[in-house]
Parts: sequence; C-alpha cells; structure tokens
Amino acid sequence: MSAAKDTNRDYNEVEIALNRLQTHKGVQGIVITTHEGTVIRSTMDNIQTPQISTLVTPLAARSKGVVRDLDPEDELKFLRIRSKKHEIMVAETKSYLMIVIQNPHEL
Amino acid sequence: MEIVYVYQKKRREFGKQAMLSDRPADIGLSIPPDPSYLKNYTERNPSHTEAQCCPDKSEHEVNTDSYVLTNRGILHTQGGWPKDVDATDVEHTIRFRKKIEKDEEYMRVIKHLGDCMEHTIKQNNAIDIYQEYFQEAPETHVSDAPSAKSLNVYRDPNSIKRAATYLSWYPEEGHKIAVAYSVLQFQGMPSNMSLDSYIWDVENPNAPDQTLTPTSPIVCIKYNPKDPHILVGGSYNGLLSYWDTRKGSFPVDTSPLEKSHRDPVYNVAWVQSKSGCEFFSVSTDGQALWWDIRKLSEPTETMMIDPEKNGNIVGGTVLDFETTMPTKFMIGGENGATFMCNKKAKTPGDKITHVYPGHHGPVYALQRNPFFLKNFLTVGDWKAQIWSEDIRSPIMSTKYSMSYLTDGCWSPTRPSVFFTAKMDGSFDIWDYIFKQVEPTHTVQVCNSPLHSIKAQEHGRLIAASARDGSMTLFELSEGLAKLQNNEKKIFSEMLERELKREKTLESAVREKRIKAAQKRPNSAFMPTGQALEELLKASEDDFYSYIDDGDGKLRDEAMARIAEYEKPTSS
Repeated sequence: MSAAKDTNRDYNEVEIALNRLQTHKGVQGIVITTHEGTVIRSTMDNIQTPQISTLVTPLAARSKGVVRDLDPEDELKFLRIRSKKHEIMVAETKSYLMIVIQNPHEL
Repeated sequence: MEIVYVYQKKRREFGKQAMLSDRPADIGLSIPPDPSYLKNYTERNPSHTEAQCCPDKSEHEVNTDSYVLTNRGILHTQGGWPKDVDATDVEHTIRFRKKIEKDEEYMRVIKHLGDCMEHTIKQNNAIDIYQEYFQEAPETHVSDAPSAKSLNVYRDPNSIKRAATYLSWYPEEGHKIAVAYSVLQFQGMPSNMSLDSYIWDVENPNAPDQTLTPTSPIVCIKYNPKDPHILVGGSYNGLLSYWDTRKGSFPVDTSPLEKSHRDPVYNVAWVQSKSGCEFFSVSTDGQALWWDIRKLSEPTETMMIDPEKNGNIVGGTVLDFETTMPTKFMIGGENGATFMCNKKAKTPGDKITHVYPGHHGPVYALQRNPFFLKNFLTVGDWKAQIWSEDIRSPIMSTKYSMSYLTDGCWSPTRPSVFFTAKMDGSFDIWDYIFKQVEPTHTVQVCNSPLHSIKAQEHGRLIAASARDGSMTLFELSEGLAKLQNNEKKIFSEMLERELKREKTLESAVREKRIKAAQKRPNSAFMPTGQALEELLKASEDDFYSYIDDGDGKLRDEAMARIAEYEKPTSS
C-alpha cells in the first residue's frame, strides 16, 4: 500500500518538476527520451517531437563519446547548442535523456 | 634474294610428338661481305654516341574519372524502439511508455535532470551571453582599398564556345544567374553549335543548374522582377520566347516569326503593369515592340524608332524602363543618340519626346541612376556619360578609355558608383565622388572582351560575362558596396552643380547667337535690282543736300566732272 502511495507521490513529483520547467520564461518544449531515441514524454507536437528526438539523441551520444575519448575520467555533464533562434539543452544520465528547447529572447 | 630451307616429312609422321635433340651446327647459308657496298657509306669521324647503363623506363599517364558528388540529407523520423515493441501499433507504444513512467529509476532520474536543467534555464534568462553591445553605434569609416575579388568562374560546358552575351540576376536574393549564349558575329555560328542557354546556381560552378532550349540562340535574357520563375529571352532570329523554370527547358511560348523583329533582339525590359506580364523589346531593325506573355502571338504595340520623323529609322540597341515612371522609357540607338519616349503619345510622331545625341557609336548600355531618377548613364564608344533629363548634352562624361566600352551599370547600393565593361576583358569601377578623372579600380577579368556586366541587387556581387563563354563572379570590397555617410547628399549636389553648369553654358551660347544675329540685321536683307537703284538714288540725294549750300549747282558740277573722267576712255 505504502509502496503504491510512494510511487504515486513520485509520479506527482515528476509532473511537478516538468511543469515547473515548462513555466520558465522562454521554454518552448521538453522531450524525454531513452538512449535509443524512444520518446517517453513530450510537450511538443507530433511532428517536432520525433524530429528532435531522432536528431538530438545521436548527437548527445556522440558528444559523450568525444568527452570520454579526450579524457577517460571525464564525462559529459551538459550539452548546449545555441542557434540563432533558440537554444537546445540536453541533460543525460545512463538511461534517459532530457531535451529542452528554450528561446531566452522571447518577446 | 630469298633464303629458303626445305625439309621433308612423311605423312604418317605428322602429329607425332616432337623429339628434340642437339646436333652440331651446320652452315645453311653463308653470305660473304661484299666490299662494293662500302661505296655507299662514308666514315663518320668523330662519332658521338651516348650510352647509359640504367634500366629502361617508360612513362604513363593516368587520369581518373572525377566523381560527381552531391549533398543529400536523410530525415530519420522514428526509431529506437526495443525489439518487443511494435512501433506502428499505437497501443504498444503507449503501453511501453506507461511502463517506463512507472519505473522508480525514471522518476529519480527526471527529478535530478530537472534540477540540472532548471539551473541552466535560469542562467539563460538571467544574462544573455550572446547579446550584441553597441549595436547602434555608427560604423567607423571603412578605409580598405577598393577591390573586387573573383569568387567563381562559370564556363560554357559545350565544346564549341559561344559568347555569353547577356546575364540577368535572380531578383531579390540573387542566388541564381541566367546567362544567354550566342555568337554575335555575322554568320559566325557553326552548324553544330548548341543553342542552349543556362541558369547557373551561384554556389555550383561545375554544372549549370538549368538549361533553356530555344529554337535560335538567345541574345538577351531577363528575369521577371515580379515572378522569379518567369524569364523572357530575345533570340538571334528576332523572336521572343518566355520560359517558366518550373515547366522545363523548352519555352512556354514564342512569338511568331512574321510579327517579331527582323534583326537579333538586343534588349528586353519588363514593364510595370498590373499583371506583371508585359515587357518590351528593341532591335537594330528600328522597332520597339510591346508584348504580353500571355499572348505572344502578336505584339500589343509597335513603335518605329524614327527621331527625324522622316522615315530614317535608327536601330535600337538598349532599353531602360523605370517602374516609377511608367509612361516614359528610353531607347539607346545605333547612331549614338538616346531617345526619351512617351508611351502615351497620341500620334507616332510624338512618341519620341527628346533626343540626346552624344556617342560616336552605338549606345551599349543605358540605365537610370537608382537613387536619382532624373539622371541616367549611357555607355558607348570609348566613354561613359551621365545625363540629366533636362539637358541635351551630357552633364558629366569620363575621358576616352583605351578600349571600346561594351556595357555598364550603376551600383544598386551606392549612388555614385558605376561599372563599365571593356573590350580588353577588364572592367572599371568608377567612384564618382572620389575621383572623376579615372576609374577608382580596374579589374582584369580575362583576355576576351566582356559582353555584359550586371550588379546584384544587394550591391556586393558583380557578374561579368565574356566572349569566350565564361562568366565570372566578383565580390566587391565593403567600401564599394556600402552607402557612405552623406554620399547621397554629396552626389546630388554634384549632379545639380553639373546640371547648372550645363544650363548656364547652354543659355550663354544661345544668348551669344541671338546677339550676333541682332548686330547685323541689314546684312541679312540685301536688296537687289530696282530696290538697289532707288536706294542708291535716295542716298545720293541725301549726300548732295547735305553738302549743298543752297544753289543746287554742286550736283551738276559733280556730275559734269564724272562725265569728263569717263569721256577719255571712249575717245
């Protein structure tokens, strides 16, 4: 019983965390994927989500490899791609990736 | 002398394996030396021979075929599903997702990542590290030397090279250039010459982007500024065709032979109209024809270039049309004069409103200054001239250059910069507020004469096309493309000053002429015959009445004396 309640609470916490991220200024969307690129959660529409996940996931894997190759004790902490229109931020752990698109100049 | 060796073999021994064995040599034929041959030869002394002790080598050349590389992209839309999940089945995917979301590890991870991400998001919102400071600061004066750097050369891919006679930039962005290829020398076209003209993509000089196939080589070509897919081309046999780049390489429509020009069409220009489909063309047969591309079966209007109004037709070589002045247009003629014409004239005689004579040879380029519409540039013979609409003589002209000028154009971004293309294969950049005596910069493009030079709308790129079929793209230095401080003001002052000077000169000449006519009015009226006799008698009477003191005898005495003088001759 309590285990179920715990998971519910955790579930809520996940929701809360995602909501909080979304309400920040300029955040356009959040995508959560696995390492292979499978989309688990997304706040963007059905066209952009697979695009983002399939393009960004291999890029993140590659950059992780680069950091490791340069120094085997180092590891990738965060990946940010700044483009003219927005910034793509990628945070990852061993199993999941979180991708956030933000445009800080949103008027 | 034939040397023959004969041997016999029994037939049943044919086909047997050959048994080889040694046997001593025996002389088959002996040819002794014949000293009489020595007479055919003389001894060579000294005799030089070369010998080298090294292995024999031979040289081979190999050229690999070049590979054509193109860039392509792939868009991967979905992927990464584990084996047991069927990606097409929505139920499966939803179930998979739900399963993961229930996973504890997932929740922990998301929380952790969420914190991490939030930190950076806040960072982004706090300070923009990419902010450009001092964006509004005025640009410091760019003092780099004027230069033009060649970026790319686009060569005619056919083996028989034709001259690139005209080029037109794609409107607005200017990432494509349409080039018309033809051979303008009379009867200079070999029969197997390709008739095609090409559209080149600026990035790719290896192969043309699109081909346009007319029935006769195109002499001039222009993009429609309103619709960049439409191009109109005038061909060597006087026909006009229009192409739609979306519809392939053959013209969508062509004008009929009877209604078109009888000489190559040297220039076409698009006209401001509601439909954006009208253009007009000019040719050395002396006609200017207006067409609508929707109905190329006959011209909508025709005009004969007849400045003297007496039937002597002048061939036209260039056109200019300014969209802000839709009823007026200009034609440059073969006799060196430029004609300002009014489209709305009632009678054909009124069509030509002004004539600006000035060049010794055909006018090869004519363009209004994009900033000061009343002034225009003409290029012909060995110099370029700047005119104002009001005066019949040029207000400014460059000095005679060493080689014949073939084309010219204004810079679209700087009012006082213009370019002229020359027969020796170079083009000049004139910055008129900086130096009027000579070009600010000269760029040698190639060894064959340049036919056409056109600037791209943003002012930075120039394309020049030459007689050997090559087209070169240049990038100008920033100083030549960007509008300088006060440039408009300075140039307009210069133009006004020159205009005033010409006007004053003209009025001074006129006054002088009038005065000279007034000074001797009688010399213009010489009476003859009876009027002369009466005039003489009247002046004689006046004379005698003045010197007479009253008795009237003086006149008779004078007459008697005259008679006496004349008498001795008769006796």
